[in-house]
Order: sequence, then C-alpha cells, then structure tokens
Amino acid sequence: MYTTELGKPDAKAPVAIGGEDPALVAAFEARVAADEFIEPKDWMPEAYRRTLVRQISQHAHSEIVGMLPEGNWLTRAPSLRRKAVLLAKVQDEGGHGLYLYCAAETLGTSRDEMIDALHSGKAKYSTIFNYPTLTWADIGAIGWLVDGAAIMNQVPLQRTSYGPYARAMVRVCKEESFHQRQGYEIMMALAGGTPDQKAMAQDALNRWWWPSIMMFGPPDDNSPNSAQSMRWRIKRDTNDELRQKFVDVTVPQAEYIGLTVPDPDLVWNADKGGYDFGAIDWEEFYAVVRGEGPVAKERMKARRDAWDEGAWVREAASAYEATRAARRAA
Amino acid sequence: MQAQSSIKSDAHLPAQWHPALFDYLLRLGDDSLILGQRLTEWCGHAPALEVDLSLANIGLDLIGQATLFLELAGEVEGKGRNGDRLAFHRDVLAFRNCLLVEQPNGDFAQTMARQLLFSTYSHALFEGLCQSAEPRIAEIAAKAVKEVRYHAELAADWVIRLGDGTEDSSTRMIDGLDWHWRFVEELFEVDALEQPLVEAGIAVDRTQLRAAFDTRIAAVLTEATLPLPVYPRGIKGGRTGHHSEHLGHLLAVMQYLPRSYPDAVW
Ligand SMILES: [Fe+2]
Ligand SMILES: [Fe+2]
Repeated sequence: MYTTELGKPDAKAPVAIGGEDPALVAAFEARVAADEFIEPKDWMPEAYRRTLVRQISQHAHSEIVGMLPEGNWLTRAPSLRRKAVLLAKVQDEGGHGLYLYCAAETLGTSRDEMIDALHSGKAKYSTIFNYPTLTWADIGAIGWLVDGAAIMNQVPLQRTSYGPYARAMVRVCKEESFHQRQGYEIMMALAGGTPDQKAMAQDALNRWWWPSIMMFGPPDDNSPNSAQSMRWRIKRDTNDELRQKFVDVTVPQAEYIGLTVPDPDLVWNADKGGYDFGAIDWEEFYAVVRGEGPVAKERMKARRDAWDEGAWVREAASAYEATRAARRAA
Repeated sequence: MQAQSSIKSDAHLPAQWHPALFDYLLRLGDDSLILGQRLTEWCGHAPALEVDLSLANIGLDLIGQATLFLELAGEVEGKGRNGDRLAFHRDVLAFRNCLLVEQPNGDFAQTMARQLLFSTYSHALFEGLCQSAEPRIAEIAAKAVKEVRYHAELAADWVIRLGDGTEDSSTRMIDGLDWHWRFVEELFEVDALEQPLVEAGIAVDRTQLRAAFDTRIAAVLTEATLPLPVYPRGIKGGRTGHHSEHLGHLLAVMQYLPRSYPDAVW
C-alpha cells in the first residue's frame, strides 16, 4: 500500500526512546487509546513522529510517482471524455501529494527534505507504480484495482491518530471513489467491447492483479512494525485483513464484467465468508521494494529529471520574490 | 434571444451558413483541443507540484471547451460526426487550429510564452463571442471567458516572474517569446470565410482585437523587464489546414487508439 512500511525497520524505534519522560509517554498512549487526535503542538514520542514522517511522506511520494504511469496515457486517451476524466484524476493525485506533504511538514520535516529523500532512493513509494502501463486497459486496471486498494487502506486512516494526517485522508477519500469508478468504467467498456478490447482488458487484469494484492504489504506474521503502528493507531487494520477485504470486493466485480482473476487457487470459502486465494510471490514484492521493479529506474529518472530541469524555474521564482520583498521594504 | 436546441429550428442561422459556421467552430474547438493536448504532455514533469496542478487545470478547461465546440460543430455539419469523431478521425489538413497552439512545449518559459500570447488573445475573443448572434456560441463563450481570464493571468504572472527572476530565466523567457512571436499575426486575421460571419454578428472581428492585445502584452513585458519581440513577417496557414511539422506528430499520438481500432467504443 501507499502507506505500507517499506523502509528498513528503524532500529532506533522502540516503544519509547530512552530519556523520554514515562509520564508523558503514558499520557500520550492513553490519549491514543481513547481515540483522541494528536495535534502538531502536542507532545509525542520521537519514534511516533519518525514513523509518521516516514509513512506520510511515503504516501505523498506514492501519489506523485503514481502520476507517471497514468500520465503515460493522457496524450493517448481514446476519447475527449476519457481524456478529461483521466486528467482530472491525475490532477487529484497531485493534489493528494500536496495535502500529504503539508501534513508531514507539520511534524517538522520540510517538503524539500522529503523530496531529496525520494530522489536519493532513501524514501520509498508504493511498489505498484514500478509496473509499466502498456495499453489503455492498464489505465482501467489502475483505477479499478490500485485506487480500489487505496480506498481500502485510506478509509480507516481517516481515523488515524495524527490529526493532520487523518484530515488529509478525509479530503483524499472523497476523491478516491471517483477514481475507482472511472477505472472500473474503462474496464467495463473494454470487457464489453470488441474481441481486441476484451483481450486488452484481460491482459491488464492478468498483469495488475498480483501486484495489486501485494500492495497491502507483507503478511501479518512478517510485518515487523505493524504491531507498534496498530497500537499507536497510525494503522487501524492489518495488511492481511485489508487484503482479504479487497479480494472479497474485487473478485465479484471482475466476474460481473466477464473477466477472470488470474489465480487458479481462488475459491469461495463459505465458512470464513471470504475467498481463499493462491500464494503471493513475496520474492517479487521484496525485489520491487529494493528498487528492482520493471520500470523503477524509469520512474525515478522521470522524477529526478523533472526536479533538476525545473530548478531554474524555482530559483527564478524565489529570486523574484526576494526582489519584491526588498522593494516593499525599501 | 432564446437558446435554440437544434440548428434546424434556429431562425438566426439558415442553412447557407452551415459550412462557414462549421469551419469557424473547428477553428475555435481545434485551438482549445491542440493546446489542451500539448499541456497534458507536462503532467508529472512540471518544475513544481503546484505548477503541475495549474497546468492540468488549464488543460482540463481547454479540453472542456474543445468538447463543447466540436460537439456543436458536428451538430451544425449534420453528417453524424460528433466531437470525438472530429477530434480523432481528421487528418492534418482538416485541422483548423492556429499554428501557435501546436508549437512544442519546449522549456517552461516557452510553454508560458505560448500560454500568455494565446490566452490573452483568446480572452478578448471570448469576450466578444459572449455577444454572438449564434446563442450556442455565446453560451460556450460565457463559460469559457472566465476560465481563459484566469489562464491569461496565471501565464502573465509566470512571464513576469521568469522575466524579472534570474539572468537564466530572463534569457529563456526572451527565447520563448521569440519562438512564438511569428505566429501572433495569424491570430488576428479575418479571411473570406469568416468575413460574412462577422457581418452577421456570429463571429468576432479578430482584427479589432489586436490593439488591446498589444497594449496588454506590452504591459506584461514591461513589468517582466523583457523587450518586446520583433518579427518581420507573420507565418500563417493553420486556419486553412497548412500547419507546422509539429501537428502531424501530435495527432499521431493523440489519435492512435481510435485509428488503430476503428470499430471500438471506449
Ligand atoms: Fe490518491
Ligand atoms: Fe486515486
């Protein structure tokens, strides 16, 4: 997920860092346990702050890098309406990135620092955006599956313990269901279209299914920081719970439009009231986390190039502001 | 004047107007479409996140305008072509946009130079078209004029910032304006096709818009501490389908899916 713990587990992140006042820690934990929001000016354990900066900035980076695979099809969207809807959607994602950078900045890290961390490879972003968009159907698959998975993850985050993050999520969630719908609508049109279109849709589902369910992150028994994040109410559901929910919602949607989920082991389990599904290739997941995804290099290059090539614009804007400020002062 | 839902019942526009009006609507719609298409190329690659968002915003407005004009063009033509058919199934010679909008993005200065020139012109045009005797054009213009005013202001802000920013940004701004200046004259030309529409009060007399355009551009460039570009001779041809080399490539990308799968509905 955009927010799955992808960085190296922080060795310096015990429940409370030595030297922190146990009374403050206890009061903080009690507030969190009572579902109160923690605000920027409130005292918080250093490890909580660090975890949040990492998670929120990673979420922000995911929104920004996520503009690239869809941006790849903006110039080739097949109708005026599809072009406008996709452009609005990608613009929303940029807006999400902006809200999230602002939320993270309330924790004392600047946007430039976070962007540096992304460009140097220190910060992570969702693994899903390291897969290429090969056909128009991939745009449908991303909206349907990736934004669908994002909704699963982000709805509970509206109640996450850090106030600015929770409020950013409220704004984000309002837009996500439109994203998911536009994607599913593209898939529906393709699946009900010509044989070529249907094949395109099935191929996209084949390629995006597994990476999408990997987005929820490692299984609960192998998710080192999960328990701590749950306790701090940064996270409110486990990776496996969210993944199961996603599979249960998405499989009938695929069936409804006549597409086949590429998992021979997928079967309805009446006892648990959910689907059983096949083994996930975690080797691949960890490789992508390490930066070995099919288009990881392309994505990072695109972000760095945009930043470097835009440096003169940002410099000019600040030089202009400085001159104006000086003129006003004079 | 009441809004008319169908051209057939429109007292203002007897059938002899249809071919010229169709062409005029293509000129309006294609300008917005091609510039909107160009702006989408920036998405995800702009100098800052805020810039990315505002370029997408302008692009969205333009694609919206294009959709309205091209849908109306299809209706006026009366041959069953809709906006998508017109956008995705015409070749270069049938496009009627001005040469300015099809110019490559270049760097951000070049993009903003193009935006300033086009939106300043387009704002004046739409202001005039709000009074068009063809109510459906007036209706689209009334919506678009607000959008375009914002585009022109945003572009002017950037031109001023970059012109009066650093030495590097100022040089780039001069180059950007220089690239596009040769296409300005075409914006203000009224040809034999438009002349009768102007006389009927349907189209705006573009020649009348030039003076205000020059005043506005001069004011922006003065504030930007930039010299006014000079170019001896305007380059034209877009309104009759004779474009620059760039348009063919733009269309090849934009039209590839509908052209590759002619029977498909998306
Ligand atoms: Fe988003
Ligand atoms: Fe989204």
